[in-house]
Amino acid sequence: MTQDLILETKNLIKAFKGFTAVDDVNLQIERGSIHALIGPNGAGKTTVFNLLTKYLAPTSGCLLFNGKDITALPSASIARLGIVRSFQISAVFPNLSVLENVRVALQRKEGNSFHFWKHERVLNRLNDKAMQLLDDVGLTGFAHSKTLDLPYGRKRALEIATTLALDPELMLLDEPTQGMGHEDVDVVANLIKRVSAGRTILMVEHNLHVVSKLADRITVLQRGAILTEGDYASVSADPRVREAYLGVSDDEPVAPVVQPAGPHSIDVAAGAGA
Amino acid sequence: MGIAEESSMKTTRFTPSKLNLVLLLLALVAPFVLYPVFLMKVLCFALFACAFNLLLGFAGLLSFGHAVFLGTGGYVTGYLMINTGITPELGILAGTLAAGLVGALYGKLAVRREGIYFAMVTLALAQLAFFFYLQAPFTGGEDGLQGVPRGHLFGFIDLANNLQMYFFVLAIFLFGFWLIQRTVHSPFGQVLKAIRENEPRAISLGYNVNDYKWVAFIISAGLAGLAGSTKTLVFQLASLTDVHWHMSGEVVLMTLVGGMGTLFGPLVGAAAIVTIQNYLSGGELGNYIHIIMGAIFVVCVLAFRNGIVGQFRKVLKQNF
Ligand SMILES: Nc1ncnc2c1ncn2[C@@H]1O[C@H](COP(=O)(O)OP(=O)(O)OP(=O)(O)O)[C@@H](O)[C@H]1O
Ligand SMILES: [Mg+2]
Repeated sequence: MTQDLILETKNLIKAFKGFTAVDDVNLQIERGSIHALIGPNGAGKTTVFNLLTKYLAPTSGCLLFNGKDITALPSASIARLGIVRSFQISAVFPNLSVLENVRVALQRKEGNSFHFWKHERVLNRLNDKAMQLLDDVGLTGFAHSKTLDLPYGRKRALEIATTLALDPELMLLDEPTQGMGHEDVDVVANLIKRVSAGRTILMVEHNLHVVSKLADRITVLQRGAILTEGDYASVSADPRVREAYLGVSDDEPVAPVVQPAGPHSIDVAAGAGA
Repeated sequence: MGIAEESSMKTTRFTPSKLNLVLLLLALVAPFVLYPVFLMKVLCFALFACAFNLLLGFAGLLSFGHAVFLGTGGYVTGYLMINTGITPELGILAGTLAAGLVGALYGKLAVRREGIYFAMVTLALAQLAFFFYLQAPFTGGEDGLQGVPRGHLFGFIDLANNLQMYFFVLAIFLFGFWLIQRTVHSPFGQVLKAIRENEPRAISLGYNVNDYKWVAFIISAGLAGLAGSTKTLVFQLASLTDVHWHMSGEVVLMTLVGGMGTLFGPLVGAAAIVTIQNYLSGGELGNYIHIIMGAIFVVCVLAFRNGIVGQFRKVLKQNF
């Protein structure tokens, strides 16, 4: 059976001064799927994202998007093709209003982004669309707040709304639920499920509860290399995954991964109980 | 301008349009009270600082070579006014375009670098231009271009009259100030702010950020040139002082003292610095002028980091 691949990497390698952070990775992302990239801290997940979006140039290997080689393109061009990423550390425009954050994404396709002689009120025609996107992530009430003042979880939701504003064909989410309370985690997980219709999502996610609920396919990364791939059942049953990634012996139940220290670890623990 | 603020401005609620009106009235009566040449000097430097602030305050780019654009505008206008019979408005237009052109070239090279490297590239390119203007046959070398005629505006308004010249300079300043406000509150300005706020995120939204920085650089350079051209007409002189790195530093000083990233900060900063300089250079303390300016700078940076206007706003916010 031939697969319909939206994104493919071939022998992707990234070395930082002798340290190989991404080691010969061949990823295949099927169109329309939710694909999770998991692995312990420092496994190279974010580096893979940086390579896919050209925030870092690969040491060797190539990227194919819809069968076309995009290895040589700069980041902004890749985004314009329809691969839009979010960041592990929430990436918002802090001194713009919440509405403006989404609007600046919508604005790109308007073709007026260089119009310095026009009044910004021409952007108001995007407000309805922006409000709709904010509504989708439960931020309607915050539309006119300064983004700086949003609680962390809300900033992550805003980031997703901003990404969605571009209607990307392939969405790359780097730990979208990190730092959220468990009610918010469920909200975001449901949101991701909902917006996955008609698009492909590649996500890094530490919360295995979310992964099990969402992912059609999982790639496990360890020390820069792919350890194994498959659906949740087969991956979580793999003793090498349990050993190397989960750090548990065979008879323990699958539990969420050890989180990087931070205020969010408690939330995730709470999420695990659900 | 007033309508635009409703969503984007979160600062004090005393309406900008009222403030604008008061300032405009002051500007209209000022030449009858104060010496017009002094006021014109303030306006030229204020425009220069506003242009610089567009880049620093709204695009987050610290140029350390903005004197080049001031000087280029001045030399081109001065040369044309002396050597061709062209009217002053055309002379100024030519100077402005020339500065914009140099800005396009320099900006292209500079925006590829970030942070301190950006500043270094602009400084290096500015030094290059300084030596060019020192050697070039048409700049008058150390003497500069002296006795630049002010000419007749549109061919019939005699600008040798200081009062008429003042209103011409005021009109130019208002145009420049308006264009900067418009740029800041335009679709382009929105993207520029997004880039300043979070460049990687702006890239991930598909914006070629260097192109936006470049356009901002060109606008800023052109307006700095406009200030330089106008200044040359006012003083009837174009000299190396305007392209010297001291001048590049002075505009940083004016902007930071007044409050970078604020609309009126550069205006206030320029007025303050020009006033102090005028006052000191006449008196006993003339020899210490650089030390005193340095001290003011240190105090401003340490005591109120948001400049005079930033501090003023903070006080307003706390007390009302
Ligand atoms: N720019 C860089 N220069 C040098 N080393 C780097 C760089 N970026 C990442 N690394 C190293 O590469 C390895 C992989 O890092 P990466 O951030 O991709 O891990 P990750 O899987 O995303 O981890 P986490 O779960 O903590 O987010 C780490 O050892 C990291 O220190
Ligand atoms: Mg990571």
